[in-house]
Amino acid sequence: MNKKILTVDDSRTMRDMLKLALSDAGYDVVQAEDGVDGLETLDREGADVVITDINMPRMDGFGFIEGVRANPAYRGLPVLVLTTESSPEKKARAKEAGATGWIVKPFDPVKLVDVVRRVSG
Amino acid sequence: MTDQHTNPEIAQQELMAFMAGGQEFCIDIMAIREIRGWTAATPLPKTPGYMMGVINLRGTILPILDLSARLGLGACEPSGRNVIMVVQIGSRAVGLLVDAVSEIIMVKAGDIQPAPSVAMDEMKALIIGIIPVGDRLLSLLDVNLVLPELEAEVA
Amino acid sequence: MSADDPFEAIKQTFFLECEELLTDLEASVTALTFGDGDGETINAAFRAIHSIKGGAGAFGLEDLVRFAHVFETFMDELRSGRKACDDTAIRAMLHASDVLADHVSFARGLIPSMDEERSATVANDLRALMNGAGPAPLPAAAPEPSAPAGTTDEIEAAFGFKPVMFNLDALPEDAAMVPEGWTISFKPHVRLYETGNEPALLLRELARLGPCTVTLHAEALAPFADLHETAAGLSWTIELDAPVEKTAIQEIFEFVEDECDLVIAPKGGALDTPDVGDVDIAALLAAATAPASDPVVPAAADVDIQALLAAAQAPLVPPIQSAGEAPTTAPQTPTKAPAATAAAAPATSAGTQASIRVDLDRIDKLINVVGELVIQQAMLAQSVAECGLTASSTVKVGLEDLEQLSREIQDSVMAIRAQPVKSVFQRMPRLVREVAEMTGKQVRLVTEGEATEVDKTVVDRLAEPITHMIRNAIDHGLEDSEGRAAAGKPKEGTIRLAALHRSGRIVIEVSDDGRGINRERVRKIAIDRGLIAADANLTNEETDNLIFLPGFSTADTVSDISGRGVGMDVVRRSIQQLGGRISIASTPGKGSVFTMSLPLTLAVLDGMVVRAGGQTLLSPLPSIIESFTPREGDLHRIGARDWVIRFRDRFLPLIDTAKVLGFSPPDRGEINGKDGIAIVVENEGGSQVALWVDDIQGQRQVVIKSLETNYRKVEGISAATILGDGRVALILDIDALVVLGRQQANHADFKIAS
Repeated sequence: MNKKILTVDDSRTMRDMLKLALSDAGYDVVQAEDGVDGLETLDREGADVVITDINMPRMDGFGFIEGVRANPAYRGLPVLVLTTESSPEKKARAKEAGATGWIVKPFDPVKLVDVVRRVSG
Repeated sequence: MTDQHTNPEIAQQELMAFMAGGQEFCIDIMAIREIRGWTAATPLPKTPGYMMGVINLRGTILPILDLSARLGLGACEPSGRNVIMVVQIGSRAVGLLVDAVSEIIMVKAGDIQPAPSVAMDEMKALIIGIIPVGDRLLSLLDVNLVLPELEAEVA
Repeated sequence: MSADDPFEAIKQTFFLECEELLTDLEASVTALTFGDGDGETINAAFRAIHSIKGGAGAFGLEDLVRFAHVFETFMDELRSGRKACDDTAIRAMLHASDVLADHVSFARGLIPSMDEERSATVANDLRALMNGAGPAPLPAAAPEPSAPAGTTDEIEAAFGFKPVMFNLDALPEDAAMVPEGWTISFKPHVRLYETGNEPALLLRELARLGPCTVTLHAEALAPFADLHETAAGLSWTIELDAPVEKTAIQEIFEFVEDECDLVIAPKGGALDTPDVGDVDIAALLAAATAPASDPVVPAAADVDIQALLAAAQAPLVPPIQSAGEAPTTAPQTPTKAPAATAAAAPATSAGTQASIRVDLDRIDKLINVVGELVIQQAMLAQSVAECGLTASSTVKVGLEDLEQLSREIQDSVMAIRAQPVKSVFQRMPRLVREVAEMTGKQVRLVTEGEATEVDKTVVDRLAEPITHMIRNAIDHGLEDSEGRAAAGKPKEGTIRLAALHRSGRIVIEVSDDGRGINRERVRKIAIDRGLIAADANLTNEETDNLIFLPGFSTADTVSDISGRGVGMDVVRRSIQQLGGRISIASTPGKGSVFTMSLPLTLAVLDGMVVRAGGQTLLSPLPSIIESFTPREGDLHRIGARDWVIRFRDRFLPLIDTAKVLGFSPPDRGEINGKDGIAIVVENEGGSQVALWVDDIQGQRQVVIKSLETNYRKVEGISAATILGDGRVALILDIDALVVLGRQQANHADFKIAS
């Protein structure tokens, strides 16, 4: 059975890009449009890895990750942050929220899959 | 498709022979989409005399032209015996009113002779060759030329 | 463009999304302009720019990324409060939004060239504002005087390039000396587990680099009962037997460098002192006190990676798969789960994305087929009627239901194409800004009714006339600041753009609070240009509407701005081609209102079926004022050929429809008052003429069929349709008919006292 990846991004383009890259690598992909949607989708569908954007309406990526980590069931769930900023503060902030790691946009599909594999086994 | 009849590399060509204004003509069969019986057309104002008007062809508006009139052979008085050849001209479909269609003939490029200069301008402009078949002589028409109003767009 | 190429398809999605994002951005900036914005408004603007940048980066649209990055950085300054969102900042945002939109259009191939100079200027303005912003200018905000094409640094910053570690660290010293192997000391903190990282996976990654000997140190492990809480008690020493770059190892630990004690040292040597930037003080201390050459753990055992993986994974981290069904959905039985998921999925799609994208061609095809259905139904009804069935027969009743259903389907299908006018309205703030800047006037744009829906074909064609009306209103309608001050008005002029539905049509109003129409001047121009007689007696309304007459606006009355050489007659003509009308109402000193009304769709038309010269024709209902049978003495002949007809208290030119279209048999006599009906229609500038027809057969909604699909435009005819009997009927082009009539009658509308 394929691993399931939840992507949370308000940009349709990004969601499509992620889906294309991940599906090609044999992952199942479920999508959400913002943090709130992301938490609901995660509860409903489950996921083996989560990839989330930071800047989103309603609930941003940091809020989303904190929400994920607040649920003991998702304690060890790898959550990767998509960020265009490679600044240390952004990463630190993501880490503080509970992110497992990050993917810098624009991402190379091979690298993306590599990172996903690295955190999910 | 438009240049098939002049292309020597094409060994054989199918042509549709038909009567219009009492004379025999033929056109490339590839240009014909369908042949249907005559139905009365709704006249269009401010158009050349050979434009019979438009009919409803399964929901699209199909212009009908009187090929006999177009060739300078006199206006046709259409009746139930006349037929409309629906031909493709560029992106457009156009109905040609003719007396009757007779047969499909196969010709080789060598069978087509250059059109001799004839007196009538209308005819000369449309005929791109002549084909003797037994005792008969068929004039080969280029359908792309029948609607000069559209030529600019077809070209 | 190939639909088969998923990447290309996503790119098209990206551009569509850009459109929406730019619209959002425009809305945010507009809100800020009016002081309606708050932190979330700035945030929304930031997100829009950020998303555009993100996508653009994926498609390698470097210029777009570069500009978006500067803009985004600027918005970030505003968002964080480091820079105040004052008038200067808002003005900069306005310009930057426009340039960003241009960059997108250019990348999309919608505009042939990009104004690089303007882009660079605006970007530099943003940077300059940021530099004056205060203590924390971002690196990208660093002054780059005259950097129109962007430096390498800037490109990197713009792309959010994470410099690949190999490159950064592959300095000669390291590169020259790759050791035989590495000794890695790794002690995870609790936080490492809390962030979903997994030592086993990290070890597995290390094993990918080369043969590893892993030593597990369990000395700090807490009692078994507390195991999962204190997993951080574990630490490892890994001997990596491979001559790899240190960066390759660092990369594996990239995500966890702050959440573990990590020391990476060349094998055999002393443990390297890590860079200060790599680990925190605690890690440094740990490294100093835990010399790897002296394994302190007696219980240390060599384990192979596989065993370790199995061991580490089981107790420490619950399998992720269980997460989905954990506490919240625990009671579910396995068989029920798929059903629940299936049921839930559509619910979300309805909640989060209540729309689908459909190719317009498909909808058009559907509309066409439904049009045929309606016609077919009408034909059937006619045949049935001819059979002489009683009104209560089941066939008739069934047919009536069918008609009802056909109409409903038609309405529903038309509704699919309905779109709010918002997309057009939101292009206007930019236009207003540009024209305001060109004219040096202060203008505020107010929009209303953006949600008003209209057929997509109409939406697409609204932009041009609205643009003209707004240009005209700012250029001619509004006074300059001094003029306004003198008139006791606020310095800032207001343009109001509104959309509303009125009796089955969409009405667009463009009003200004300017000076109004100078009727004396309009009248003089009209007389000078021979458009009206010097002694013509016109109402105020008629005078105002003279501006729509062909030949009224000429080069010296149309400025570059309002017309770009296009007069109001052209505007009116383009509106009329859509089956619309335009008029103006003006109050001197108070302003003007342009009102344009359009049909909600271009696919169907309400028409009056008439007969003329033996032909069945359709006259578009919106053009018709009234139809009547003239009484004795209503018709008068003027000159050799021309007729006029009395309508209310005026005499209108009478156009013989059959004759103008060449349908009248040659032997037909002249018009007489007994054998026909006059249809009064409104023509150019709201003036009226009467069409003479044989009789009227009723009103009907018809599907418009183009003559140009298979033929060409025909003078006097706008299109065709298919009537209930399956025959083609032509739709009259009233304006062209009037022109044809004029050519025959050869004199203009006039008025005589009755």
